[in-house]
Amino acid sequence: MDKFLVFTIVGLTLSGVYAIVASGLVLTYATTGIFNFAHGAIGMFVAFAYWQFRFGWGWPAPIALLLALGVLAPAIGLVIDRVIMRGLRGTGEATRLVVSISLMVGLIALANIIWEPSRSRPMSTFFQGRRIKVFVTTITYHQAITILVALVVAAGLRWLLYRTRSGVSMRANVDDGTLTLLNGARPSRIAGLSWAVGGFLAGVGGVLIAPTLTLESGSLSLLIINAYAAAIFGRLRSIPLTFVGAIVIGLTEGYLAGYLPGDNRYLAAFRPAAAVLILFVALLVVPNPRLRDRNHIREFFPAPTVPGMALMAGGVIIAAVVMVTTLDTVSVTSYGPVFSLGIVALSLVPLVGFAGQISLAQLSFAGIGALAVAHHGIGGSPLGLVLAAVFAAVAGMLVALPVMRLSGIYLALATAAFAVALDRWLFNLPDFDVGPVHVSVFRSGSLNVDPITVLGLDFDSPESLMVLSAVAFAAVAVLIAGLRWSRFGRQLVAMRDSEAACATFGLNLIWPRVGVFALSAGIAGVGGGLYAMQLGSVAPARFDLLTGLPVFIVVVVGGTGLVGSGLFAGSMLFGVLPFTSGFGPVFAKINSTFSGLAGIGLGRNPSGAVPVFARAVRPLRNDVLVLGSMGAAMAVVYALRLGDAFANWTFAVLIGLVAVVAYVAAVVRARAESSGDAVVADLHDLDWAGITAPWTPQQLARVESGLDLDSVRQASDA
Amino acid sequence: MLEVNDVSVRFGGHLALDRASISAPAGQITGLIGPNGAGKTTLFNAITGLLTPTEGTVVIDGHDVTGQSLHRRARHGVARTFQQLELFTMLTVRENIRVAADIRSRWARDRGDMGALTEDIIDRVGLRDVADERVTAIPTGQGRLVELGRVLACKPRVLLLDEPASGQDDRETERFGELLVEVASSGAAVLLVEHDMSLVMDVCDTVHVLDLGRMLASGTPAEVQANPLVLDAYLGTDSGGAA
Repeated sequence: MDKFLVFTIVGLTLSGVYAIVASGLVLTYATTGIFNFAHGAIGMFVAFAYWQFRFGWGWPAPIALLLALGVLAPAIGLVIDRVIMRGLRGTGEATRLVVSISLMVGLIALANIIWEPSRSRPMSTFFQGRRIKVFVTTITYHQAITILVALVVAAGLRWLLYRTRSGVSMRANVDDGTLTLLNGARPSRIAGLSWAVGGFLAGVGGVLIAPTLTLESGSLSLLIINAYAAAIFGRLRSIPLTFVGAIVIGLTEGYLAGYLPGDNRYLAAFRPAAAVLILFVALLVVPNPRLRDRNHIREFFPAPTVPGMALMAGGVIIAAVVMVTTLDTVSVTSYGPVFSLGIVALSLVPLVGFAGQISLAQLSFAGIGALAVAHHGIGGSPLGLVLAAVFAAVAGMLVALPVMRLSGIYLALATAAFAVALDRWLFNLPDFDVGPVHVSVFRSGSLNVDPITVLGLDFDSPESLMVLSAVAFAAVAVLIAGLRWSRFGRQLVAMRDSEAACATFGLNLIWPRVGVFALSAGIAGVGGGLYAMQLGSVAPARFDLLTGLPVFIVVVVGGTGLVGSGLFAGSMLFGVLPFTSGFGPVFAKINSTFSGLAGIGLGRNPSGAVPVFARAVRPLRNDVLVLGSMGAAMAVVYALRLGDAFANWTFAVLIGLVAVVAYVAAVVRARAESSGDAVVADLHDLDWAGITAPWTPQQLARVESGLDLDSVRQASDA
Repeated sequence: MLEVNDVSVRFGGHLALDRASISAPAGQITGLIGPNGAGKTTLFNAITGLLTPTEGTVVIDGHDVTGQSLHRRARHGVARTFQQLELFTMLTVRENIRVAADIRSRWARDRGDMGALTEDIIDRVGLRDVADERVTAIPTGQGRLVELGRVLACKPRVLLLDEPASGQDDRETERFGELLVEVASSGAAVLLVEHDMSLVMDVCDTVHVLDLGRMLASGTPAEVQANPLVLDAYLGTDSGGAA
């Protein structure tokens, strides 16, 4: 009985934290329509700040609390609202999701810059060690405070929402924002207040839970995923139901801590994964959202062209050959993931870009691919890579089937829950049997991976593996382009626009969705397999949710519907960033915020960066003469480099110079050619004539000349 | 061909459809008119499965499809257009029609040439000039034709058209009317929701009038036009009814 009571108190304390954090999440979602993935990261950041004030600088607790919770936490909420979220009105759900995920990644990077992650930061609980007697057991002051604060938050939110003018406006804004605006409320003020209160509640949760855990940015930000499960209980709308969810999750965790046999290796890792499994189940039982009809998509991704794909595939293979013949082995090893993890990035193109689905678990599928190669690619057997695709595709299908009716943030959360369950629990299990099938995972450690042998060729060096990965990347890119041109690809793109219309043509939406999930997971599995071979030894930490998020963000920033975005993500994350980080620690720190900052800027250009780049280089692509000359000049520079005429830096500068000169030449030639079409181009300026300013005689003359009215007059006179 | 029997749809406390019944025979164009908010689109949603009726049955070609999903109903031969255009904005006009043809060919196990069918439909609905344009680049009137083309690519037995003439000019509407007559004469049942009364009166064999979720009147276009209840619903009465 004593034990039961003790773990009930442990559970209720956790419930208190989850309730506080989750109610802040529900408040901002319900009033602004933005699901804030960074909510936990705000709590983490405030907890770090509190540690700095209280323990780093030794300030008294009341002042540290006032500054952290009374000033910093609401201020973070307000700044996020003003600077980032306000610009997101009218954007699609995916864009908003990526922006808030990027904010989370950015906050974690910022915390790591300010507070060096390798240093330990012990944080004592409130009134350290003091206890109150409750019946037959005792409860710490910290636990009592946590439960009390949760009760105060519940009562406070009730008062705010039902007894204050601002609260009534908030509730009205949820029901009908436009109507609230017409009745004189100010939605921007309501949103600002919600974000400030949300930030405060995240901060309170962070400060209360941090002393019981290690003060670490990543795990503290993700721990709040447990609070997401509570918010889903409340269907992201109801604060009382959110509290009920928090109690269920907190007590479950408490009792698992007390009663789960600690010596059972299969169940030991289950406790940290319990909340995400509850989240997964809660997502499955939330009421079925309506089919998506007419999405307001601002993004547009043109279908790839044959010359474009040939240029890209050839360019990738040539780039890999140039890299392996000019760089030393250490550099080749460090840039190895450009193409292997680039394939994981590519896997998001059909799923997110074509079909409009969301998966935050692609790197987990890559982990399954890595496992397959480790276990079945022994001695270089290509079977490992084949099974990497098959196992990952089957896992993708198994995830896809139950979550098929979900979309948007629900799908993102479900796949995130799957990723966390894998890296917290399943990847850490010892071997087990499922009927006749023996399943081996990471055997609670790291696994060695043998390099592959194909048709007698051993890919046993970083150089050969890089070229193999590049060839695989090119092949996958062509496969995805082929998919976009195919009947299935057109269907996926159509579903992204209007599921309702597709269903009324007789399309059973389940199978295309499951198909594209499986295909995408299979591709990620191949990428993971190649990555594992490059690493030589793999551990679960390489494939966790947080490591995978930048890949997702940068693909979306590149333009998810474009095959080029896979190359963009691979080369940015694993090529350009590590390269520039080599310039010094300052560059490394700036680079660590790259994916966060890039994602946050997405609201301004939802179609991504690749189309902007593609538009810019179009003159060069279209000018065969200049393009050919550029290729020839680069080949000469490369030959000189191979002959050791100069070192890598000179080589890189010369290649860059040739590219710039060729680009300028192509632009100049394109301008000279298009000057003859100036009259036609000018006619486009006429779109606004007579609307923004009165017609001018020159504009009328241009219209007459454009329509060739003189000849019409002559004909009619005749 | 299409029988809707006593269908009710409730949104919380609001009864959007109150035991509405309608039938659309094969080879005829049946009009469904009514003021804004009468429940016309709700009825279409209940027929196609986007909404589940609180009570009543929907029968297509002798099959009770009331509890079936959207795609199953579509496979019984019912196809629709939408009041607000539901075009696939990343695709061209040709691709929009081809997607519908491909989807149908898969479930109907039709091994015919879907490319040729698509080209035939492009000519029938008069979209040859813009076939390679992205659908966001064409005017709303032509967008309506793309929706009609997609529906025709499904070779439907029952066509539900939700305000297909809105956004079309007089010439386009006239051509559209001719197309509808042609489609109906090939044996399909056409149910037309439309605010353009001249189109409704010109092409419909029977007209049903819906008001506040209830069927108000049914008959030939001439009968409906002369019905005082209909005039009251549309124009209000001298005693203070709203227009």
